[in-house]
Amino acid sequence: MSAPLKPLPAWADVALIPLVNVAAAFVISGFVVLAIGENPLEAVQSLILGALGDLEGIGYTLFYATSFIFTGLSVAVCFHAGLFNIGTEGQAYIAGLGAALVALHFGFLPGYTLAIAAIIGAALFGAAFAAIPGYLQAYRDSHIVITTIMFNYIASAIMGYLLVNVLRKPGQMNAETTPFRDTALVPQFHEVLAHFGIIWPVTPFNLSFLLALICCLAVWLLIWRTRLGYEIRTVGANPTAAIYGGISPARVTVITTLLSGALAGGVAANIILGDQHRLILEFVGGFGFVGIAVALMGRAHPVGIILAAILFGVLYQGGQALSIDMPKISRDMIVVIQGLVVLFAGALEHMFRRPVATLLARRTTQPPI
Amino acid sequence: MEWFNAFIVVFASGMRLAVPLILACFAGLWSERSGIVDIGLEGKILVGAFASAAAATFTGSVWLGLLAGIAAAVVFSLIHGYASIDQRANQIVSGTAINMVADGLTALIGNAIWSQGGRTPQLPAEAQFGVINWPFANEIGAVPIIGPIYQHLISGHDIVTYFAFLLVPLTYWALYSTRFGLRLRAVGENPAAVDTAGISVRGLRYGAVVICGVLVGLAGVYLVLSQEAYFQPHMSAGRGFIALAALVFAKWRPWPALATCLLFGFLDALAIRLQGVELPIIGPVPVQAIEALPYILTVVLLAGFIGKAIPPRASGIPYVKER
Repeated sequence: MSAPLKPLPAWADVALIPLVNVAAAFVISGFVVLAIGENPLEAVQSLILGALGDLEGIGYTLFYATSFIFTGLSVAVCFHAGLFNIGTEGQAYIAGLGAALVALHFGFLPGYTLAIAAIIGAALFGAAFAAIPGYLQAYRDSHIVITTIMFNYIASAIMGYLLVNVLRKPGQMNAETTPFRDTALVPQFHEVLAHFGIIWPVTPFNLSFLLALICCLAVWLLIWRTRLGYEIRTVGANPTAAIYGGISPARVTVITTLLSGALAGGVAANIILGDQHRLILEFVGGFGFVGIAVALMGRAHPVGIILAAILFGVLYQGGQALSIDMPKISRDMIVVIQGLVVLFAGALEHMFRRPVATLLARRTTQPPI
Repeated sequence: MEWFNAFIVVFASGMRLAVPLILACFAGLWSERSGIVDIGLEGKILVGAFASAAAATFTGSVWLGLLAGIAAAVVFSLIHGYASIDQRANQIVSGTAINMVADGLTALIGNAIWSQGGRTPQLPAEAQFGVINWPFANEIGAVPIIGPIYQHLISGHDIVTYFAFLLVPLTYWALYSTRFGLRLRAVGENPAAVDTAGISVRGLRYGAVVICGVLVGLAGVYLVLSQEAYFQPHMSAGRGFIALAALVFAKWRPWPALATCLLFGFLDALAIRLQGVELPIIGPVPVQAIEALPYILTVVLLAGFIGKAIPPRASGIPYVKER
């Protein structure tokens, strides 16, 4: 058919190709906006103004970005082991149950240890829910993609049942729990900054963001600086070689999915403990799927994930402003962009490799052989 | 007799709920049997549904609606095919992308055109598929046992439903008794062998992807032109994934796939019927439990506790021709 691909210079591989891929997604998004009959440049302006135009916008942007860092890390950790965890959505949802149960029933814990216990509860529930598909993949040979899809729906059914029939505050119409006590909450930044005399507008942006950054560092250390991380990457690259190297892929699979589920629990810390202060229905709202786009766009590296998560934070917050400025562009546009990012940065990641390689080859003068 | 008639009514309702599942499940069956894993069924149902609603609204013709729905789903199917076959992409990633784009795009365009939060206007009766009543349905309906079966189960459906049920023997025959079917199954198990025999792996897989698009588009068309008479964002409501579960549950075989889709459709009908009903001892029926049953059953099957579900051997693996 065609000649094999020439290797690209390292900088093109790490930076140029991903940028070209993401740019393609945004160019097509621009055409979609054009087709609807709006001006894409004005749309971008409105979007950026809404997301970064004032401190309030920035607060919301970072609040969304916090959730996306957690879901992005959750998906990325599995990527490194060659696993595709679509279940981050359901794991984060069940993690909310863990956070709520601790927040509602461990009131005897002193001070902010309750909030810390609630975060641990979220991580444990998320990990436990991920453990079943992980175990089934590792030891019963059932494909994690299919089982995690099923588990998202099972999570939805469990939480729907519990919130409507068991956990609902008596006499309350909405399916939600009683509000948590103050010590179970993750403090919001405007409260923290008020202690130092700095005035920041009231936004749900909370300390979970710092937790997300710590998790990024921890994931980086784990994946690239520890024995377990090496094992995870080996299993992801070549499970057969891993077995020859004395690594048990089954064990690594289970550990990785546990970590992934625990990271998904961060979403519950951010939204339930940091913003809603009570357990509500469907609080994850598709953020688990955004994590897939974030992980692909960030190339499963924590730094890339932070950048991609902030970009999606901008899109989510700015999309709100955009839908008010241009009612024709509803927030569904963000889902389209997200899908196109997954398509171009994930599925079609090699599509631009050949054109870019030819272009670069033409530019650099070939030394005579 | 009372309970029998009630059973027939629930069963008929389950049958209607099973139709989109059957169409989507067989779409997945054709695709996965050729080695292309398709988790984008959900998105393609939405695309088919939206396109058929839009076309039927603009033209007032049910047939143009049908064609538009199928064409749109085939386009999305071909994107997945291009990524999976020519770009050797991760098919799960590609399917996920299809689902996201479809989910966002249908709601976005629907909202941009009609400004009703993505909902399309109600279609007039002539822009919907009508029910086909078989001869003497009402007269025979009075006969005990056979009557209700004839009246509610055999007669009184629309053309897409009859096609969906016809699809099962058709698929069975095409997959197991034709040259195309044999080659298609072979390409899903061992593409290198097919390639060695001088048959195009790429051609066969693209063929399967197009068939998949037609069928899954039809599932979307059914939701709009036969059931709801309008499009609403996210109206597929997980049917694509239930169909996927049914496909796994049926171990990628046509007749078990039909049985599983009917079972899942029947469970759905039962969940609707039992909403708010108090049972002795159990109390109110936990409807969520019935709704989650298809997923739980599939996981249990996948775990290898009831038989073993082994997918086509080459499914999800891009074929690289050796040079």
